[in-house]
Amino acid sequence: MYVAVKGGEQAIDNAHKLLAKKRRGDTSITELSVEQIRQQLPLAVARVMTEGSLYDEQLAALAIKQAAGDMIEAIFLLRAYRTTLPRFCASLPIDTSNMQLNRRLSATFKDLPGGQLLGPTFDYTHRLLDFSLLAEGEFAGPQVQEGAALDPCPRVLGLLAKEGLIKNEADDGEAVADITREPLEYPATRAQRLQALARGDEGFLLALSYSTQRGYGRNHPFAGEIRIGEVEVWIEPEELGFPISIGTLEVTECEMINQFVGSGTEQAQFTRGYGLAFGHAERKAMAMALVDRSLRAEEFNEEIQSPAQQEEFVLAHCDNVEAAGFVSHLKLPHYVDFQSELELIRKLRAPARKEPQA
Amino acid sequence: MNAYQTSRPARPERDQAYNFAYLDEQTKRMIRRALLKAVAIPGYQVPFGGREMPLPYGWGTGGMQLTAAILGAEDVLKVIDQGADDTTNAVSIRRFFGRTAGIATTERTPEATVIQSRHRIPETPLHADQILVYQVPIPEPLRFIEPSETETRTMHALNDYGVMHVKLYEDIATFGHIATSYAYPVMVDERYVMDPSPIPKFDNPKLDMSPALMLFGAGREKRLYAVPPYTRVQSLDFQDHPFQIQSWEHNCAICGSHDSYLDELILDDAGTQSFVCSDTDYCAQRVLQQETGQ
Repeated sequence: MYVAVKGGEQAIDNAHKLLAKKRRGDTSITELSVEQIRQQLPLAVARVMTEGSLYDEQLAALAIKQAAGDMIEAIFLLRAYRTTLPRFCASLPIDTSNMQLNRRLSATFKDLPGGQLLGPTFDYTHRLLDFSLLAEGEFAGPQVQEGAALDPCPRVLGLLAKEGLIKNEADDGEAVADITREPLEYPATRAQRLQALARGDEGFLLALSYSTQRGYGRNHPFAGEIRIGEVEVWIEPEELGFPISIGTLEVTECEMINQFVGSGTEQAQFTRGYGLAFGHAERKAMAMALVDRSLRAEEFNEEIQSPAQQEEFVLAHCDNVEAAGFVSHLKLPHYVDFQSELELIRKLRAPARKEPQA
Repeated sequence: MNAYQTSRPARPERDQAYNFAYLDEQTKRMIRRALLKAVAIPGYQVPFGGREMPLPYGWGTGGMQLTAAILGAEDVLKVIDQGADDTTNAVSIRRFFGRTAGIATTERTPEATVIQSRHRIPETPLHADQILVYQVPIPEPLRFIEPSETETRTMHALNDYGVMHVKLYEDIATFGHIATSYAYPVMVDERYVMDPSPIPKFDNPKLDMSPALMLFGAGREKRLYAVPPYTRVQSLDFQDHPFQIQSWEHNCAICGSHDSYLDELILDDAGTQSFVCSDTDYCAQRVLQQETGQ
């Protein structure tokens, strides 16, 4: 009878082999290559890179393959790899004003310098299953206008800030903490909050941001600007004394324009929420911007009543690797704790059973 | 039973692709610094820069980081989960350190220099050359009374533990007993209320004046704490409701022990119960003694 809990090693080995078989599926079908995932599931790759906090398309695609398409598992794999990497230095802040745009829109101005650029988007597609994709075939691609160039696209919120209509966000020059190296303590700085949100689960942030729209911490948002494109990453090594470019990243940036604040002594100004994600990740960036703004409630002396406004609640629970781990640990044996509870509940019930007889 | 017939600990091959015990030396140093602080302030929760481990949060990542930080090449590691060496997660963690540190592992409590445990303290008394590392899910004993970390840190700072006593009193008023059977709160060195991790309260007395160093690691919550050797650890109680540990009417079905913590097994559809030691090594050692004694 005691063998019920024995044999763990063999069971683990066999479980891993079964998983590998499940991942591979029918071997008469060609195996999915990492490069195919990278090229043909770019939005999945973007999410894994964003929440995995590591910009590497190939490794993210590998993680998706290894995780058999389980996104949170893929994010976990990438994070666990990331921990083993040395951190050489912090880059200079990326300059999204000079982004090589492939999409840009503002919901607050009909036209603006640089114009709107729809780019690749699901927006305005009719969500009808495209049965032609069941067959494999050549894809023609859009018509390209040779020699077309973008006009300069200054940031929308920058235009408002010039007029003093929106609160300016200035770099305070403070060293930026790294929440992957130092424990998050409350209250957090905005930089720490934004880091936590950037790594945060898209679904959780989406639900929280939605809750603010439905009145649980409403903050009257407008999508001031969303831009997606390539930005250069610059570092300034100490021994060099001047910055050098080390490559480019694709990022999605969202700046929300939110309800204004003001007082007897201060003129009314709009406020903003900020979202940034790797790759093409519009939903995540928008959700992040809404939650960033709602977490600024204390800064703007707003009443804190709703989950999306509570820093500890949001930051302590937005990480899906932490959440998935702790929920899944319920699968581990709890014989000992449960035995304690059994003993206790029997003890508690004992006098109650006796009473009717007495 | 083969494991008990040889006393030479198994020593696996180390995977050279990883640093010794997986974590890089800088990270280990950071954890050791936090551990020194924890030992200096018994029962105080020290924040540390917890890393992502290749095992899920909630599966022992805090304990693993502490173990990784204190392991030396000559250490002998024992890993238990629910008192047993052969539950799947204990196997998995023992393998992890076998692979990344190439250190000797054992199932025998007296042979181990470092014991990583989830939810139990071994029945065999520990000695001064041993370190017990606990895996901790929620390090904050006040968490289920006050969810906010900002608040609970203030309460610890001000020695403001009234709410904890009120909670225990409410249990007595409602149920007639203190209705906490595991993760039973303790007062460490007459200063900090501490969560001993989800060990059954049966194990709480083993914490008091233990000759072995006790280290607690919570990976997801990024907190660690310690009970240094020979420290007073009192389970919270009232004069008229003194702290009591669990006891069983049964004996262990394998070794006959009547003073160890027993797990209940259900044998058939009729609900026939059997009780066996939760500490598999303790049980096996007793059986061995009985066999050789005869």
